[in-house]
Amino acid sequence: MENSNKRYWKGIEELTNEPSFVKNIHNEFGNMPSETDAKGDSLVDGSGTHRRDFLKMLGFGVAAVSLAACESPVKKTIPYLNKPEDVEPTIANWYASTYTDGGDYASILVKTREGRPIKIEGNKLSSVSKGTLSGRAHASVLSLYDNEKLKGPQSAGKATDWASLDTAFTAKLAEVAAKGGQIRIVSNTLLSPSTKKVIADFAAKYPTTQHITYDANSAYGLTAAHGGILPAIDFSQAKTIVSLGADFLGTWIAPTEFAAQWAITRRVGSDKEGKKTMSRHYQFETILSNTGANADYRATYKPSQEGLVAISLYNAVAKLTGAAAVAGASVKVDHLDKAAKDLVASKGASIVVSGSTDPEVQKMVAATNALVGAYGTTINTGQAVHYRQGNDAAMASFIQEVAAGSIAAVIFYNANPVYNHPQGAALAAALPKVGLSLATNDRADETASLCQFIAPDSHYLESWNDAEPKAGFYSLTQPTISTIFKTRQAQSSFLTWAGAGNDFAAYLESNWEKNILKGGKVAWNNALHDGVFEPNAVSVSAASPSIDVNASAGAIAKTYAASSTELEITVYEKVGLGTGSQANNPWLQEFPEPVSKACWDNYATISQPTATKLNLKQGDVVEVGAKGYKVSLPVLVQPGQAQDTIAIAIGYGRSKAGKSADGVGVNAYPFLVAGALTATISPTGESKDIAQTQTHHTVMARQAVVQETVLGDFAKDPLSGRYNPTILTSEGKKNATDISLWNGHKYNNHAWGMVIDLNTCTGCSACVISCSAENNVPVVGRQEVINRREMHWMRIDRYYSSDAEVEDLKGLEIASDNPEVVFQPMLCQHCNNAPCETVCPVLATTHSTEGLNQMTYNRCIGTRYCANNCPYKVRRFNWFRYFQTDDFDFHFNNDLGRMVINPDVTVRSRGVMEKCSMCVQRIQEGKLTAKKEKRRPVDGEIQVACAQSCPTNAITFGDMNNPESEISKLLEVEKEGRAYHVIEEINVKPNISYLMKVRNKDTKKEA
Amino acid sequence: MSHVVSPIREKLVSGGKSYHDVTHDICKQVEGEPTKEWKWAFGISCIIFAYGAYCLFYTWWQGIGVWGLNKTVGWAWDITNFVWWVGIGHAGTLISAVLLLFRQKWRTSINRSAEAMTIFAVLCAASFILAHMGRPWLAHWALPLPNTFGSLWVNFNSPLVWDVFAISTYLSVSLLFWYMGLVPDLATIRDRATTKGRKFWYGLFSLGWTGSAKTWARYEYMSLILAGISTPLVLSVHTIVSMDFATSVIPGWHTTIFPPYFVAGAIFSGFAMVQTLLLITRVVFKLEDYITIEHIEMMNIVITVTGSIVGIAYLTEFFIAWYSGVEYESYAFINRATGPYWWAYWMMMTCNVISPQLFWSKKIRTSLLVSFLLSIVVNVGMWFERFVIIVTSLHRDYIPSSWAMFSPTRYDIGDYIFSFGLFFTLFFLFAKFLPVVNMAEVKAVMKGVSTNYPAKQAKAAKKSEE
Repeated sequence: MENSNKRYWKGIEELTNEPSFVKNIHNEFGNMPSETDAKGDSLVDGSGTHRRDFLKMLGFGVAAVSLAACESPVKKTIPYLNKPEDVEPTIANWYASTYTDGGDYASILVKTREGRPIKIEGNKLSSVSKGTLSGRAHASVLSLYDNEKLKGPQSAGKATDWASLDTAFTAKLAEVAAKGGQIRIVSNTLLSPSTKKVIADFAAKYPTTQHITYDANSAYGLTAAHGGILPAIDFSQAKTIVSLGADFLGTWIAPTEFAAQWAITRRVGSDKEGKKTMSRHYQFETILSNTGANADYRATYKPSQEGLVAISLYNAVAKLTGAAAVAGASVKVDHLDKAAKDLVASKGASIVVSGSTDPEVQKMVAATNALVGAYGTTINTGQAVHYRQGNDAAMASFIQEVAAGSIAAVIFYNANPVYNHPQGAALAAALPKVGLSLATNDRADETASLCQFIAPDSHYLESWNDAEPKAGFYSLTQPTISTIFKTRQAQSSFLTWAGAGNDFAAYLESNWEKNILKGGKVAWNNALHDGVFEPNAVSVSAASPSIDVNASAGAIAKTYAASSTELEITVYEKVGLGTGSQANNPWLQEFPEPVSKACWDNYATISQPTATKLNLKQGDVVEVGAKGYKVSLPVLVQPGQAQDTIAIAIGYGRSKAGKSADGVGVNAYPFLVAGALTATISPTGESKDIAQTQTHHTVMARQAVVQETVLGDFAKDPLSGRYNPTILTSEGKKNATDISLWNGHKYNNHAWGMVIDLNTCTGCSACVISCSAENNVPVVGRQEVINRREMHWMRIDRYYSSDAEVEDLKGLEIASDNPEVVFQPMLCQHCNNAPCETVCPVLATTHSTEGLNQMTYNRCIGTRYCANNCPYKVRRFNWFRYFQTDDFDFHFNNDLGRMVINPDVTVRSRGVMEKCSMCVQRIQEGKLTAKKEKRRPVDGEIQVACAQSCPTNAITFGDMNNPESEISKLLEVEKEGRAYHVIEEINVKPNISYLMKVRNKDTKKEA
Repeated sequence: MSHVVSPIREKLVSGGKSYHDVTHDICKQVEGEPTKEWKWAFGISCIIFAYGAYCLFYTWWQGIGVWGLNKTVGWAWDITNFVWWVGIGHAGTLISAVLLLFRQKWRTSINRSAEAMTIFAVLCAASFILAHMGRPWLAHWALPLPNTFGSLWVNFNSPLVWDVFAISTYLSVSLLFWYMGLVPDLATIRDRATTKGRKFWYGLFSLGWTGSAKTWARYEYMSLILAGISTPLVLSVHTIVSMDFATSVIPGWHTTIFPPYFVAGAIFSGFAMVQTLLLITRVVFKLEDYITIEHIEMMNIVITVTGSIVGIAYLTEFFIAWYSGVEYESYAFINRATGPYWWAYWMMMTCNVISPQLFWSKKIRTSLLVSFLLSIVVNVGMWFERFVIIVTSLHRDYIPSSWAMFSPTRYDIGDYIFSFGLFFTLFFLFAKFLPVVNMAEVKAVMKGVSTNYPAKQAKAAKKSEE
């Protein structure tokens, strides 16, 4: 068309050059109406979406989506530019420190890997905690990585910075002080002498300050009976132990310490020289506590009888010792007279403890102790114990003062009374009357969220601190990681506000060097290295408190009744969750309560006869009310509980603790209000499953599983309770284990094994948490526990006895009303003829040359045949992906929570089987260390997590090929005695042996 | 083949069919438009298949946690379904191989669909082998394949590995047997084909069949050889499946009676399934003259015999549980009959032991309706048998602390439905596109057995014999 002057017109409009045509000449489709035009908006340039734009955007969209989908996650491993001097990648560092949570105390060793604390173990250098650790202390490392803690200070519910908080708060404090307004610091028991000094400094600056101490699980009654101090108790000296509702092996004051002492008196030996005596343990209580489950003789009473039971015991003892009896209706409780007889017979080695919070009851008990010579032997008033310093009266008057509006400023120092004080609701209502309020709590919990300021304290693993659990016994806390969030130690905060600097670390060191160590830097470094400083010997005093028994008896007679037909409520503490201070810890939430085996909830426990009477069954949701407070919760039928009583655990029903805790269970603290005893119960018609890890409660008379005897029989014949299955062959009777199809394994180097003493295992389950922490065992949550899929590698089986005859299989399923209880830790038995090994199609589970049954996760294709064929049912399957999945929101789905993962243990993927590895990573590490030093591993150098964490040393781990090892010596003694293999007649030849349980009873058939 | 047939025996093909009639009757299903009934049936099975496929996909995506299994009961519906389908698969081989060797001519009109059923049932079973794995994408690790891991091999001690061999062998042989039997009939359809496409596809799969005497002779030899290979498989497959349980230590599984008991049970359920399908096919495709009351009756007799064997096995188990004196063993059986799953046990007893005994009455065993209902009842019972063995043994074994209950979720059920969808979709495709009765073999047995053996052909045959 070059040089053509001809112009072809396409229409009249073009020919005439109409304005409308000229305007649209560049539009391909003219002025064709489009949707975007009609709406007047456009995607790109205001001129509407064009076909090409659409294609461009489509293309871009597809490319962008596919690129985004294809992007592989970037994970960076960054080497140290300047390597910290003492951090070696893959090598753990251990630091001595101290765990305190209110009055809970343990001297600990913290294992850190590449700067992350990942495991807590007991510090054996401490003569107070002696290396024992509760499940809660083990779990506390996970709370360090709790993503729901406050990330920094808050003012009026909004994030602020420390400088402005300090300025604002000190200004207001000065205002209050200037007006002479009352200032209160509210805390739970403080074990730290330096912290108390800091508070004293603060009080010096603000003279109207008073420090109020209370405990959620108060021991005020005991303190009050002993003139304001808590005496030291030593069960290890006791031949007769009587407990009136004190759960001293589970929750009472210092349970792991007591369990260790108690275990000393329970250990027996099968050889000729072996110990054939045991303490005799009587437990009188309302609920079936962890301690009651371990008692030799046990009987129940109703809460309204408690004081009179104490009087009855006193009178029975008085009668035998010739002391004067006191007035008071006697209560008929089984075994009480027998207990009195034993107490008197073992005078000087007897002890009575009571869990009552009533000072009068504690006084009766103290008087009984005086009669049986407990003071100076099993109870030492010469040594003050600081575990419970709470003053219930002071706290009650504080709440009254707040309500009266006479408090001008309050600082809640890691205390949460709105939640865990019986009058929490009243306090919450009155708190707005306080002009200035601040909390140092680590999260905006029930109390902190009502305060104007929150100055979050650091986690104890991020902090400096000290503790004086018993007078003259000191220990230090040192930070094992720098603060994760913008938190600040409360002590530093107090110092700042008091205008005394802000460096608590320096303050602590100088306080120690000046007042405690009375030495310089070297002494400080030594103390920091050891974690403890114990300059003094224990001073013993046989002084017993002077008690007017008749006055106490009179007071008791007024408040208690010998018999009552009313339904009564009692509130107890669970071994796992305790007071609920660490409720947002998923390990603790999934901790199966030793006795009920329930987790993720609290519930109303009632006995079977009471349930029948009230026409209730397990899982029925009932409304329980007392003194105007009502809660709805499911029923759990609990054998061994007193008739016509309801028990509810504290520690649950948090509303502002975090995802794992909120809405789990109901708050039972308000039931602790004085006088709440008579309860009402009414079914709501709903039902709710309770997550229990064990739903069949009796052992079905299977002697091959649990073997037990009584002390008298055992002393005569160590084999008395042993069950020895035999098989009749053509050559006569043979032991079931003597016939085998297999050739067995030769272990030329090590032969790892374990012995578990059923006599000293209290069922406390500290090992369960320790194992979970060591081996990255996932938490699966409430519904999955109901689905029977908890992942714990170590479980504690709990069996109740049944009244039925052996042939009555249906009857055997029903537990006695007051059953004998046995705890049996169950984990992979590392069988030598392992049924799991033969059935795996892909050789994912094999036998090691050292006797371990090993699991190769990467090879597993998940047929689950091994789990089916495991007679002990210890294998755990990853039904889902438990890590990095929001369906399992239990700290392991975020980067912070995953910092707790032990890098030496593989995190298992979905679809593979897992189980106890006998901490093979620890064995390998120990062997490697020994190899580098060109020596054999020393016995005790390699410890598995469960054995390490057992407060009673019920678990012995070691090399059975080493004749000098503890386990070899133990087996040598017990081989022809208490040692047995569970279900040994199927001849899987486990490497784990159990030592038969011996009860200190007169005869076998006796409840 | 000899044509000696007992004179008192009923004719195997009724209605006076000629060879052409046979060809016509059978081929018209393949050649004609799909019938309305077929469309409905196929449509429904496709919907079931689609729903099941969704459930199976969800299971695969989320993990088998969507099932109701737990730490104690590691197998339930998955392996129950697997064993159930494998058992059903047994009838095909039995009918085609064992009855061929025993010269049971009545098998000819049913063996084709029975073999097809076998293959589809084994495919369903295989789908559960894959689905039950925690990591099904690594299923090939169960095969002894050369790999880069050095000397890493499968565990030849494991019955699951034996299973892999047994099932894959069984599937290959059954598939081969079925296909070889199809070749002459495919050639017939090819020869009758009126459309290009049909001529091409049936021509391709009929492997150039000419129908010469030599080809027929080879066909006969091959049938015999394959029958010889297949016969031990009838015994071996379910024997090995039973060893998944028998070699374990679990009370209720650890039982030496399992191999014969499982084989009898497999034949029992397989025949019941063949019965169910034949009774439907017979009506839908109007094949009453080929699948006669005689066939139905023979099948019912086999069901009664195997059902009785299974019943005796149940009683023997109980006797041995008591006689052994093993505490756990006797508890396992008492628990089966009286424990929380008692209803499953009594369901199994009623369906498997009592119901087949009704066939002692001639009136019942020749009744089409009762036969149909009982064939379904038997398979319900056999499903419960596997459920009882697997779940009630596992849920209460040695350590009472771990005793637990199993209850299915919608994905347990959905994945089972998947297998039905798969089975029926495949079966209806088979019924539409392939001849459901073996024309060649039916024609071979018509001489002397058909009620109206064509006179002309008889004369011709006589002549040739002379």
